[in-house]
Amino acid sequence: MNPHRKRAKTVDRVDSADSALVSSESTQMRPFPSKPLSVDRVKSVESSESGRMRPFKDKILFVDRVDSVESSESSRTSQFSDKISGFDRADSVEARVDSAGSTRMSRFPDEVLERVLALVDSHKDRSAVSLVCKEWYNAERWSRRHVFIGNCYSVSPEIVAARFPRIRSVTLKGKPRFSDFNLVPEDWGADVQPWLSVFSTAYPFLEELRLKRMAVTDESLEFLAKKFHGFKALSLLSCDGFSTDGLKAIATHCKNLTELDIQENGIDDLGGHWLSCFPDSLTSLEILNFASLNSEVSFDALEKLVSRCKSLRVLKVNRNISLDQLQKLLSHCPQLMELGTGTFMQELISGPVTEFKNMFSNCRNLITLSGLWDATPLYLPVIYPACARLTFLNLSYATLRSDELSNLLSHCKSLRRLWLLDTVGDKGLEAVGSCCPLLEELRVFPADPFDQEILLGVTESGFVSVSRGCPKLRYVLYFCRQMTNAAVATIAQNCPDFTHFRLCIMNPGQPDYLTKEPMDEAFGAIVKTCTKLQRLAISGLLTDRTFEYIGKYAKNLETLSVAFAGSSDLGMEYVLQGCQKLRKLEIRDCPFGNAALLSGLTKYESMRSLWMSACNVTMNACRVLAKERPRLNVEVMRDEEGGDDSQANKVYVYRTVAGPRKDAPPFVLTL
Amino acid sequence: MSMPLEHDYIGLSDASSLERSSVSSNTSSEDATNNVFTLKATELSLGLPGFGKNCEEHATNFGSTVKNYMSGAKRGFSDVNIGKNKSQQLISSSDVKPVEEKKGPVSEKGSVPPSAKAQVVGWPPIRSFRKNTMATNLPKSAEGNLGSGECLYVKVSMDGAPYLRKIDLKIYRNYAELSKALEKMFSCFTLGQCTSNGQEGLNESNLKDHLHGSECVLTYEDKDGDWMLVGDVPWEMFIDSCKRLRITKGSEAIGLAPRLMDKCKSRN
Repeated sequence: MNPHRKRAKTVDRVDSADSALVSSESTQMRPFPSKPLSVDRVKSVESSESGRMRPFKDKILFVDRVDSVESSESSRTSQFSDKISGFDRADSVEARVDSAGSTRMSRFPDEVLERVLALVDSHKDRSAVSLVCKEWYNAERWSRRHVFIGNCYSVSPEIVAARFPRIRSVTLKGKPRFSDFNLVPEDWGADVQPWLSVFSTAYPFLEELRLKRMAVTDESLEFLAKKFHGFKALSLLSCDGFSTDGLKAIATHCKNLTELDIQENGIDDLGGHWLSCFPDSLTSLEILNFASLNSEVSFDALEKLVSRCKSLRVLKVNRNISLDQLQKLLSHCPQLMELGTGTFMQELISGPVTEFKNMFSNCRNLITLSGLWDATPLYLPVIYPACARLTFLNLSYATLRSDELSNLLSHCKSLRRLWLLDTVGDKGLEAVGSCCPLLEELRVFPADPFDQEILLGVTESGFVSVSRGCPKLRYVLYFCRQMTNAAVATIAQNCPDFTHFRLCIMNPGQPDYLTKEPMDEAFGAIVKTCTKLQRLAISGLLTDRTFEYIGKYAKNLETLSVAFAGSSDLGMEYVLQGCQKLRKLEIRDCPFGNAALLSGLTKYESMRSLWMSACNVTMNACRVLAKERPRLNVEVMRDEEGGDDSQANKVYVYRTVAGPRKDAPPFVLTL
Repeated sequence: MSMPLEHDYIGLSDASSLERSSVSSNTSSEDATNNVFTLKATELSLGLPGFGKNCEEHATNFGSTVKNYMSGAKRGFSDVNIGKNKSQQLISSSDVKPVEEKKGPVSEKGSVPPSAKAQVVGWPPIRSFRKNTMATNLPKSAEGNLGSGECLYVKVSMDGAPYLRKIDLKIYRNYAELSKALEKMFSCFTLGQCTSNGQEGLNESNLKDHLHGSECVLTYEDKDGDWMLVGDVPWEMFIDSCKRLRITKGSEAIGLAPRLMDKCKSRN
């Protein structure tokens, strides 16, 4: 039919314009694609894998994470008129083609479109949607309720508020990941208050806030509690700067709180009184996690809280809660789906263990179990009745031995996710392989990471045993002290579905302990076999060959963590050239220098961020990068000690539409 | 540059003189080759396991990274200065104050100083919360062959047995394990069955039941010289005060037995 053919032409024209733009690498934004307005097309835009579409698709994906909104935003603001006119032109072509002038799919009333789009949840879909045309862009922005901002400095709260007027839920991530390991000084930034201030006027009905690696003060928490009247869910992971006083404010003022999730933060624990601040009228709590807080809370207050919150489905208590107390709590909330226990042993035996035998027998919905501090073989059997239904078991704070684990796991046939300490040893991992065929995720943490003398822990053979018994493994985090290339190759063969492979050989630069060769072939095997790999963390003695493999084969790789690896700039260059989907690259203590840094000049805007510390990068190279790419923030962290002023020891590069940081501390230079 | 401090932190004290003699600034990449050679010489004293003789052929490859790691480590230390807290070193030495310990005296991880070998900031990549938590967990985890140093051998006597035994109390974590071990050890001497029935878990009352069932009573002599019934006090307290053990049988047990019977009856 005529109309279709004409439409196709329009599309072709735009596409080829795209490719022209892409190849010239101009910083202009591409024009809107004038695609026929059907949902099928939207999906195909998103899923298109062709190289020509590649960078453009990045932009699409970009929008959903607002750290990508920037580049489309900035282009919009500067070139919106062009876009509109371009679009009008295409529009008019279509109108002409549409002889009858009847309403095509593109002429949905806005409200209907919004309603339909409100059902679109996935970030990727939403970003694709917003790039279809002006109407869809508007419909998407009005119907969006949740925004995910992967880097809080990539966009400003004002921009977000301007684009999305009806947000109810925000996820914000702040500091670079290496701040978890003390590589980022305090006071670096990522303060949540500027966001809250803007949100208090733009989103007074904000309901959910999830923060990761942000700086949060008690004042901010109080502000949050008081200014947002319908506030429901707060989740703080790896944040710092606040104390339990801030939690008091939340407990006191948030009348509709459904979720309070405090995980692994750098928090000043001033006592457990915050829990007692929940008013008696609060019955809406569904998720309560205070496992990482150290102070004792009032058990009485906790018990009453748990009793009156009938919708409670996640409860994770801290270590101070005893077994007796846990039993009482469980009697009030048998509907729990996720439980984090307190200490799992009693010193003063008040009664036989059989007394606890029924603790879990009423918990028919329990699928996640964690905590289990100090669990010993005497008390572990208490959880056996619940084991058959468990899908996630977190034993990473229980120092179990292999036989203890083996006994436990024989009851856990449904496990999908398992976190362990390496005290279980290779024998324990054999038990994992034989008992948990459905296992998809395994994390093995070191019980004693800093003692070089200890030869305990897990080795390559434990990992191989698991891989044999658990072919569905897709996520692994493994800390060990020795590994071989052959073992990893076997593991890759056994588990080709890996999406996340994080191997940490704890001694930096350690080779294959049998052959003494570098671990290149190990990671080569992984990237060759596991085509779905999204996240990779490498360790051990590694040459540029590893990176050659990664660049050549890891086509779906999005996150790469590198430490003490590589021989020359080539390594980093391989990765930057080869890994099309790379979003986050973090590098420490590698011999990559200026050439490597600058080889990614055209790539960094399609990534969320780059971290390079203790490499060979100089200030001059950073300045060049900053000059060539004005839409990147190139930040260098200075040491206090003298050092060589020309070296850039810690470099953090990220794309942004918000311009240079206004709140940078003195040791952070934005070039 | 304030070298001495950093060397203490990094533990490169052996390498310090060699390093100084090499003179070249660690941070300049042109000096990489120079550094490689001097670093080769100092490799062992950097003390990272896995380096050393086995890796010499790869030293050139890694030399520059070692250099970087060193410089990284130095900078890491200055970050410690800036950061004021949460560094590895601080953790190992001062540590874990927030954790309230209701348990018995727990030797902090800090009492075992960081090994003389190098520790790099932020490596292995483990979050502070886990590091702090494990530091308090470890003294409890009784891996039997962990060199935690002390053993606590006490004599175990059984009435009527021709010889005594000695056991190391440190390798058991609770009464259940002790009772199992004693059963095994003295099975040849006991009449009747002392084996556990495979109940869900042993505890003190079961222990006493079993021993009662075979007319045995497990007692210990404490620091004051008094003979006490095993199982009344927390495990940690028990191994602190126990000087020797005695499995009482026969007529002597009868004197204690009625009390046990009462206890059992009240439990059942």
